[in-house]
Amino acid sequence: MSTLTAPGTSARPVAVEISGTTPIHQIVAFGAMVTLLVLAPFVVYPVFLMKALCFALFACAFNLLVGYVGLLSFGHAAFLGCAGYASAHAAKVWGFAPESAIVFGTLVAAALGVVIGALTIRSRGIYFANITLAFAQMIFFFSLQAKFTGGEDGIQAVPRGTMFGVLDLRQTYTMYFVVLVVFLLGFLVVYRSIHSPFGQVLKAIRENEPRATSLGYQAERYKLIAFVLSATLAGTAGATKALVFQLASLTDVHWTMSGEVVLMTLLGGMGTVFGPVVGAFLVISLEHYLAQIGSWLTIVQGTIFIVCVLTFRRGVIGELGRLLKKPL
Amino acid sequence: MTIFGVPTQALFGQLLIGLINGAFYALLSLGLSVIFGLLNIINFAHGAQYMMGAFVAYFALQWTGLGYWPSLLLAPVVVGLFGIVLERTMLKRLYQLDHLYGLLLTFGVALVVQGVFRNQFGSSGLPYTAPAQLTGGYNLGFMFLPTYRAWVVVFSLVVCFATWYVIERTKLGAYLRAATENPTLVQAFGINVPRMITLTYGFGVALAALAGVLAAPIYQVNPLMGADLIIVVFAVVVIGGLGSIMGSIVTGFGLGVIEGFTKVFYPEASNTVIFVIMALVLLVRPAGLFGRAT
Repeated sequence: MSTLTAPGTSARPVAVEISGTTPIHQIVAFGAMVTLLVLAPFVVYPVFLMKALCFALFACAFNLLVGYVGLLSFGHAAFLGCAGYASAHAAKVWGFAPESAIVFGTLVAAALGVVIGALTIRSRGIYFANITLAFAQMIFFFSLQAKFTGGEDGIQAVPRGTMFGVLDLRQTYTMYFVVLVVFLLGFLVVYRSIHSPFGQVLKAIRENEPRATSLGYQAERYKLIAFVLSATLAGTAGATKALVFQLASLTDVHWTMSGEVVLMTLLGGMGTVFGPVVGAFLVISLEHYLAQIGSWLTIVQGTIFIVCVLTFRRGVIGELGRLLKKPL
Repeated sequence: MTIFGVPTQALFGQLLIGLINGAFYALLSLGLSVIFGLLNIINFAHGAQYMMGAFVAYFALQWTGLGYWPSLLLAPVVVGLFGIVLERTMLKRLYQLDHLYGLLLTFGVALVVQGVFRNQFGSSGLPYTAPAQLTGGYNLGFMFLPTYRAWVVVFSLVVCFATWYVIERTKLGAYLRAATENPTLVQAFGINVPRMITLTYGFGVALAALAGVLAAPIYQVNPLMGADLIIVVFAVVVIGGLGSIMGSIVTGFGLGVIEGFTKVFYPEASNTVIFVIMALVLLVRPAGLFGRAT
């Protein structure tokens, strides 16, 4: 049975992975990423970077599920979008402080993750993709019709506010570093989950579920926890994004958004630690530069999908890791 | 005259709309099921191929003056050939991998095809008129029945049951079902399974194109006409049971009618009712109403 992760990486292990020790090259790569992200806003437009960081967190959350449990969700936009609406509503209507708004959005996504996860986790493969997509579409129509979401207009002019009473988020650079911290926290949660006994069980389930079950692990429970964790972090990304852009709209719950996160993860490398981050930056840059030529964007995205699936299934970071003989 | 406080005129009107939608759900989910049965992939490009069918009919009329009736044959053949080329050049490389790659590939194809058509024709609909023989309608006393809509329901029922008959009751269908169970064994008996896979994909795609031609006079010809519809059809397929032929037909029409009635009695839920039913069905029968084990 083939898995959805980069073929070949699991067949011939390039470095023995022992839980508890972090390989030195991953520490170096993480250090490089943090350095780049700290310096980047002084060179590149910060709002663009914040958008990319939110999507990078979204893609990392998605990758936790597709890369390490082997479940491809085609409805992750539901969590991103719902958390966005929840945090925007909390900040604008209820006057929540930004930190509480983000936490509230995250909790809403977690609750939604529990409900959708409980209904879908028993299915696998194509069934799982299909069913998550249908649930996300249900959430989309709900968002379209519910009063508090503002329908086609979305929730606009969401106040960014002052975080912890001291950080004025209306300052672009303050907002940027808050987003960076949120992203890094989320990234480390994913990293820690993957490189823990829990993560090892997830990988065992991905490789051979009946075997994992026979060893006494309750596969469904592990998968559900991973699903809820993924939904929660996707929610953090959505809640933060709503504050950054001061907007929660239908775009974030539409199925095209679910497709986009698949594209980011596929391009960067499914089942790699840094792949989703690279993929998110690549796709967001692409959108940024192709925005002028309108519908060409979907053609380019579709072409990337086709090329990745046919010839480049390991993704950018997966290929790089193979060349360096080190899992990144 | 009223039933449950709703005028019969409105009730039967929505019933008809439900049947029309159901006809499209049935045709599209039938194509998906036929493809899924043998190839084990979900054809995400199905909505795009449905749209291509409508556009072939539109082009045929604009460029060569070929009307509706020839298009009913032409569009499935042309789009079916497109499907065959797609299967031969791309999809067949993925059979050794996880089936989800097939879904991702066809998703990419759908994005490209819809993007190209939207570039060329914008997002607004292009009109396509029904043939003269099918215009007008009948006054049934309790409601007015437009001829074209009656034709769509009857014709798609005939196509659905013909497909069911071929797959379930003929020798060709027996080969097909056998190859679904065990392709290696069927190939050992001397059946050319790869060619059967190619033709099956072509046939499923042709069904989508046929639905596109039928839809053209009702919904206009629009590059995005299949984009959102296909997700509802995915839900229909899940409810019916992936790969089940009869399941696709019955749930397709049934859910169309349920959706129609929801519009009368509780309009707010009309967009979501199919997804709610899907959630309920999954709780009780994870493999779908007509499906076998997942």
